[in-house]
Amino acid sequence: MELLKSIGQSFYNAWVPERRYLAYLSGLRMTLLISLFAVIIGIAIGIILAIIRVSSKHSSNPLLSVLNAFAKVYITVIRGTPMIVQIMIIYNLIFTSPNTNPIVVGAVCCGINSGAYVSEIIRAGIESIPIGQMEAGRSLGLTYSMTMRTIILPQAIKNILPALGNEFIVLVKETSVISVIAVNDLMKMAGYVGSRTWDVIPPYVIAAAIYLIMTLGLSALMGFFERKMGKGDRK
Amino acid sequence: MIITKNLQKSFGHQQVLRGIDQHIEKGEKVVVIGPSGSGKSTFLRCLNLLEEPTGGEIIFEGVTLTDPKTDINKIRQRMGMVFQQFNLFPMKTVRQNITLAPVLLKKMSQEEADAKAEDLLKRIGLPDKADAYPGMLSGGQQQRIAIARALAMDPDVMLFDEPTSALDPEMVGEVLEIMKELAEDGMTMVVVTHEMGFAREVGSRILFIDEGIVAEENTPYEFFNNPKNQRLQDFLSKVL
Repeated sequence: MELLKSIGQSFYNAWVPERRYLAYLSGLRMTLLISLFAVIIGIAIGIILAIIRVSSKHSSNPLLSVLNAFAKVYITVIRGTPMIVQIMIIYNLIFTSPNTNPIVVGAVCCGINSGAYVSEIIRAGIESIPIGQMEAGRSLGLTYSMTMRTIILPQAIKNILPALGNEFIVLVKETSVISVIAVNDLMKMAGYVGSRTWDVIPPYVIAAAIYLIMTLGLSALMGFFERKMGKGDRK
Repeated sequence: MIITKNLQKSFGHQQVLRGIDQHIEKGEKVVVIGPSGSGKSTFLRCLNLLEEPTGGEIIFEGVTLTDPKTDINKIRQRMGMVFQQFNLFPMKTVRQNITLAPVLLKKMSQEEADAKAEDLLKRIGLPDKADAYPGMLSGGQQQRIAIARALAMDPDVMLFDEPTSALDPEMVGEVLEIMKELAEDGMTMVVVTHEMGFAREVGSRILFIDEGIVAEENTPYEFFNNPKNQRLQDFLSKVL
C-alpha cells in the first residue's frame, strides 16, 4: 500500500506540478511534426530511388545506370549504419548554424534515413508482381510505363502498404533518437522532467505510454486502409 | 506475314536458338512441338520481341522488328499472345481485362470496347462472367478469357505459348475448342503445344524444334506418319 502510494506520488510529481504535462505535450507536438515531415521526405526519396532502381533494370541508359549506382550506395550506407551516427554526421555537417529550425533538422535526418527503407519496400513490392503481368501488358501493345501504371503498381500497392505502415511506425519511434542533438522532442522533454524531479523513471514511462498510443493509433489506421484496399478483389 | 532469318537467341553463354529460318504465311496455322528446353517457347516469344533476339532478323508484314527504330508497341498491337499461365490482370474484372488495352491505346471508345467484350465473351461461351474477377474462375475459363483479351485488339496473328499446359485435363478441351474455331475463322496462328491431336487436326504445318533449330517441318500427315528425323521419331514414340 505504501509502495503504491509512493509510485502514485512519483507519477503525480512527473505530470502535474509546474504544469509539467505541458512539457510532454510540446515534446509530443515536436515528435509528431518531425515524424510527419520525415515521412513526407522519406516517401519522396523512397519513390525516386525505387523508380531509379526498378527502371534501370529495363534500360541501358547510361545516366540511369549512374543514378542506379548512386542509389545502391545510398541505400547500403543508410541501412548499414546506425541512425544515431547518421544524425551526428548530418547535424554537424549541414546544420552548423546555431539557429537552425529543430523540426527541419529532425525531419531531414529521419527522412534521409527512412527514404532508404521506403525505396526498398516499394522496389520489393513492385518486384513481387509476377513477370507474366508485365509480359501480358506488353504483349497487348502497352508501353512499359502504361503497364507499370495501370497493371503493376495497383497490385504492388497492396503489397507495399502494410510494410510501409510498419516503416512509419518504426519511424515515429526512431525520431526519439533525435533528442541527442538537442531537439526538444517527447524523449528530450521526458528527460528534462526527470532532471527536475530527480526521479527519471516516471517521466520515461509516461513518454513510453505516449509513444505506444501513437503507434497503436497508426496500426489501427493502417489496418483500416488495408481492409479498404482489399475490398472488391477477395478471391 | 512473319519471316525469320537466321534467328538466334542466347542467354549468357547458353545458345537457345541456333538460326531459325521461317516464313509464316497469312492464314497458316503453324504448330511448334519439341522436347522441353528445345527453344520452342523462346522462338515464339522472339516473334513479338518478348525475348530480344541476339542474332538474325524478324520481319512482320514488311517491318523489320529487330531494327531498333521500329516501334515494337505498335507491332504488338497486331500480334495477340496467349500465355501458359493465362496472366489475366487479377485486380480487374473480366470485362476490364478485355477492354483495358483497346481503350488505353485509343483503338476504341469505352462503349465500343464494352460491346466488343460482350461479343467476345459470347463467342467463348462466358457471357455471364463479364463482372467476375479472374480469381473466381477456373483455369479453362481464365484461358478462354485470355484469348478474348488478345482478340479484342483485332490482331493479325495469334501466338499461343503452351496454352493448355497449366490446365487440369478436363479443361483442355474447352480451350482447344476455342482455338479450333479461331483457326476455322482464318486467323493466322503460331501455336507451341504438346497437344498432338490438336496439331494433327488444326495445323497446316508442323515444326519440330530440337536443340535450337527446326529439325523437321512438314504437313501434319507426313509429320506424324512418316517422320524422317531420328530425334523426331524418338520424340513421337514417347508422346504418342
